[in-house]
Amino acid sequence: MTIAEVRPSYAAALHGPTINAGLAARWLVAFLHDELVERRGIRRAVVGLSGGVDSAVTAFLCARALGAENVYAFRMPYATSSAASLTDAQLVVDALGIHCRTIEITAAVDGYLQFEPDADARRRGNVMARTRMLVLFDQSAKLGALPIGTGNKTERLLGYFTWHADDTPPLNPLGDLFKTQVWALARHLGVPSGLVEKAPSADLEADQTDEGDLGITYARADAILDQLLQGYSNAQLVERGFDPADVALVRRRVDSTHWKRHLPTTAMLSNTAINEFYLRPVDF
Amino acid sequence: MERTINAAGVFEVAILQVKPAKGRYAENLAQIGESFAQLAIGETTPALVVLPEAATTGYFLEGAVYELARSTEEFAHDLATTWRVACGDRAVELACGFYENDGGTYYNSALYLRIAGGSHEVVHVHRKMFLPTYGVFDEERFLSRGRRLQTFASVLGPAAILICEDLWHAIMPTIAAIKGARVLIVPSAAPGRGIDGETEMRSVARWREILCATAAEHGVYVLYAGLTGFEGGKGMTGSSCVVDPRGTIQVQAPDLGGCIVRGVVDLREADLARASLPLLGDLNAVLPDLLLDDELPLPKGRTS
Repeated sequence: MTIAEVRPSYAAALHGPTINAGLAARWLVAFLHDELVERRGIRRAVVGLSGGVDSAVTAFLCARALGAENVYAFRMPYATSSAASLTDAQLVVDALGIHCRTIEITAAVDGYLQFEPDADARRRGNVMARTRMLVLFDQSAKLGALPIGTGNKTERLLGYFTWHADDTPPLNPLGDLFKTQVWALARHLGVPSGLVEKAPSADLEADQTDEGDLGITYARADAILDQLLQGYSNAQLVERGFDPADVALVRRRVDSTHWKRHLPTTAMLSNTAINEFYLRPVDF
Repeated sequence: MERTINAAGVFEVAILQVKPAKGRYAENLAQIGESFAQLAIGETTPALVVLPEAATTGYFLEGAVYELARSTEEFAHDLATTWRVACGDRAVELACGFYENDGGTYYNSALYLRIAGGSHEVVHVHRKMFLPTYGVFDEERFLSRGRRLQTFASVLGPAAILICEDLWHAIMPTIAAIKGARVLIVPSAAPGRGIDGETEMRSVARWREILCATAAEHGVYVLYAGLTGFEGGKGMTGSSCVVDPRGTIQVQAPDLGGCIVRGVVDLREADLARASLPLLGDLNAVLPDLLLDDELPLPKGRTS
């Protein structure tokens, strides 16, 4: 008589990180309320609405944490921005009943770029991203609000963001969630389905998509990143069924962008160097 | 160390799940005082009140720990004064986590204080022995390890304090139980991780497994006081609870938000639990043989 055999399976690893979206929503709403209202005494949030899923989820979380009347969304199109981005951002505004203002950044961006006519797409995209952050911080000062970041863990790990632009807001509720987890959270929160289903794009150039830029889908990247961060080697990931080229791509992007996840490197000259010897937590 | 306990062996206890403002020692003591006052409404007050690890300062302090640490005497005075201001001359025993400055050596400690009439007595101080220094934790960079695990006479009978990771090492509650503890007091500050848990953070579920397994294995009450609130993005998971000696949660607070947890410690339950599952008795019988094993890395040479 043969009896059943049971063996370990790596199938779950291939499917990538999972999430209890209800739990995450509750946790992140509490995080925003604690950090804004209780720690800082600030009741208003400013969110740059791109028309993408990350900023939509952030706006939904802020509305739950602070009330829709305390959330100020800003649409900041450049001349080449997709019209669909504006429309999709408006869907979020309408769904939540939050404040919204549209501030064109074309004049500000071109005011500088007219002196740099040879700037390539990457440089132009960085100028746009940094201009948008300039607007958000200034509007926060005007409104007595705090700008809320929208970056997710996948783009942070892959270095797919503009340093000192997308990563600058003092609070970031999504920074420890992979992109696929953000999608799940979006569905749970009731983000308009069109935003969840469309191909993610930084919308810095026409027809640009994140996955086209990265050379890998978010689903595959997240599954690899989830394992990679737990310490598994490239060889172990391939043993588990991941494509060797995908693993190498993801590893290369992570290893070449550690600097983007840190503050600037400061020359240490004393026994009191800030953040080396003089250590105080951010909330002290 | 024996102390008379009430004839029935039944005690009301309370756990204050607090949410301190980072570094604001006086303000946090005042908040605690308000909760003390809430406990004093009515004719009786709990016999024992337990507060979390780092309850008056917040947990993640980095170098600021040296500014906020207090001597045992100073902290005992401050806590006793807070109690008296809120509750007058009602008697109570308090267990509370704090950062201790012992003449320039710093510990993550918990104080056990007896307050009666106009005076107070420091019954015991436990210094955290297992200092987590991995991942998000960095305790041993700033603090020294405690060196002794002792039991002491609490109002509930023999008790021991284990701070947070102390309890994750099964040998710690085991030694405490062997030394006679019938109640384990566990002040904690546990940042939540694992957003894919079925109903709660995975780290909360793991804590509960440990708390319940510990209580059931040794037939002890476990009083768990968890810090709550966010510290620089790290959410402390509260979930303060009373676990009975059969390993069943009697009462539990939510993960987020300040809360007063009220429970009952009935030492007759501990007797019954140990009778029905005499694992501690079995261990006491076998322990000498286990410790005679030459392959155990125990200290040698203490022959005189």
